[in-house]
Amino acid sequence: MAEQPLLRVRNLGVSFRSGGVESMASSGVTYDLSPGEILAVVGESGSGKSVSALALTRLLPPEPACMITGSVQLQGRELVGLSETELTKVRGKQIAYIFQEPGTSMNPVYTVGFQIAEAVKAHRPEISNVQSTVEESLDAVGIREPARAAASYPHELSGGMLQRAMIAMALACDPKVLVADEPTTALDVTIQKQIMELLARLRKERGMSILLITHNFGIVANMADNVFVMNQGRVVEQGSVKAVMGSPQHPYTRGLIGCIPRLGQRRRRLSTLEDALRESETQSG
Amino acid sequence: MSTPTLIEIQDLKVHYPRPGAGWFSKADPVRAVDGVSFVVPRGKTVGLVGESGSGKTTTGRAIVKLAPVTAGKIIWEGVDIGQMDNRTFLPWRKKVQMVFQDPYGSLNPRADILGILSEPLEIHFPKLNRSDREARCAELLKKVGLKPEQMRRHPHEFSGGQRQRIGIARALAVQPELIVCDEPVSALDVSVQASVVNLLQDLQDELGVAYLFIAHDLAVVEHISHHVLVMEKGVVVEQGTPDQILGSPQHPYTRTLLDAVPKF
Ligand SMILES: Nc1ncnc2c1ncn2[C@@H]1O[C@H](COP(=O)(O)OP(=O)(O)OP(=O)(O)O)[C@@H](O)[C@H]1O
Ligand SMILES: Nc1ncnc2c1ncn2[C@@H]1O[C@H](COP(=O)(O)OP(=O)(O)O)[C@@H](O)[C@H]1O
Ligand SMILES: [Mg+2]
Ligand SMILES: [Mg+2]
Repeated sequence: MAEQPLLRVRNLGVSFRSGGVESMASSGVTYDLSPGEILAVVGESGSGKSVSALALTRLLPPEPACMITGSVQLQGRELVGLSETELTKVRGKQIAYIFQEPGTSMNPVYTVGFQIAEAVKAHRPEISNVQSTVEESLDAVGIREPARAAASYPHELSGGMLQRAMIAMALACDPKVLVADEPTTALDVTIQKQIMELLARLRKERGMSILLITHNFGIVANMADNVFVMNQGRVVEQGSVKAVMGSPQHPYTRGLIGCIPRLGQRRRRLSTLEDALRESETQSG
Repeated sequence: MSTPTLIEIQDLKVHYPRPGAGWFSKADPVRAVDGVSFVVPRGKTVGLVGESGSGKTTTGRAIVKLAPVTAGKIIWEGVDIGQMDNRTFLPWRKKVQMVFQDPYGSLNPRADILGILSEPLEIHFPKLNRSDREARCAELLKKVGLKPEQMRRHPHEFSGGQRQRIGIARALAVQPELIVCDEPVSALDVSVQASVVNLLQDLQDELGVAYLFIAHDLAVVEHISHHVLVMEKGVVVEQGTPDQILGSPQHPYTRTLLDAVPKF
């Protein structure tokens, strides 16, 4: 495939410094994201998934508290080292985020509809009927009463509704790259499916590329083209979903897949990563 | 079921005024919970699944008196606690605790772990002195798999899974008979999720505590529950054993739910 990557990431590393101690949160992250591609990122919590994604537009503390190394090119333009003013223009419009914690990107003192409207006005000034764009975007993420949701303050919505409102806000700006950090963990499986179908449609219709951080392998298998697996800040395995999930090479990947609880399994206890690693060792040894 | 009933919910309703309409408006209210009935047996786990926005959290919050009860009863040992004022409710508050979904937002960031675990002890066991509380705190940390030496640390120094353990320790501090767990493992990766679920089960075996366990992961709910409720639009559409509900679902919504589980 000769397609020019939309996003070209090389050796991306992030380290934090506090009290003279430097700690590496992620290093050596390298990948290409083509237009319309869905690239999944999996790994235990704390393995550096979120940090590597936030580093793309430096949504992290300033230097010297946080150092970013390596290169991030968006359509050939280097983002590492850009000024905050320049990066602000990239965020939202070019690279939009759906954050892991529902609530973090909504302000409690404004209604949900007002906040989505502000985002639309800032990034898509050409739109004249903002109110209907807001309600359409809430409807698209499967919210039953979009007008009511728009008129609500964040605390008046359920966890899953707020999560979907955040997704609506990110999508209303029509970004080129969407970074979705565990976007459906707070959602029931039917809504999860609906959101995933929406993302699949957007990538098809608009050619939007998606960096999808998740610990749900079911979603990876059904949605993503490629995947990389992170462990302790490093990429331990990378490739097409078919290859990585079909025959995982790294024991860590096998362990992660092994501790997924499944319906109808009837186990006395759920296996943790250590249990799964031990099981796979005794099987192969 | 032969196990004695711990708490019985009868036709519970929680309605909120429509946003922008005000309390006295004639506009149709938001019917967050609209006639829910079920029983939690002593020492057992009732799993609660359902659509996002269907009223699961609100049901749990009503039981711990964090949501206003519009109508219906919450009967605990023959006494209706649903309409009680806060002062009369105090002795019950000790019996029922809540563990929240968000391990980041639900712990006071400025307090250390000792402070977080001491607060409920000060309210409900005012006779304990400082060193009693420290001893109790050390015991609680051990119980949830953390080190007593860590009691001087603050929440941000712990990982998501560890914070959820702290939330569980805080709920256990007052020796409750029921813990409402609102998506306690949703934000955790599969491995940490397994260790927290195993911990909850161990604590139930040891202490006989009952759980109302709200979750989205059907495999986890099947694993931990003795009885499962399915909610849609403020009402329970189906309930039964995990085998009945997840093995041979009767209600169309439950079937939709099962069909939506991603397969691989
Ligand atoms: N304080 C409030 N004021 C007004 N409406 C509220 C309030 N709290 C909840 N609601 C509404 O009540 C309904 C049920 O919300 P609840 O939080 O119980 O849902 P849930 O089943 O826990 O959903 P999720 O799975 O998304 O967490 C929603 O329509 C919500 O908008
Ligand atoms: N703002 C920060 N300051 C210091 N350390 C951080 C910060 N954010 C994340 N870290 C650390 O970076 C590592 C990776 O975190 P993260 O990317 O959030 O993991 P995850 O894979 O769960 O998304 C962890 O060790 C975490 O504690
Ligand atoms: Mg993360
Ligand atoms: Mg909820």
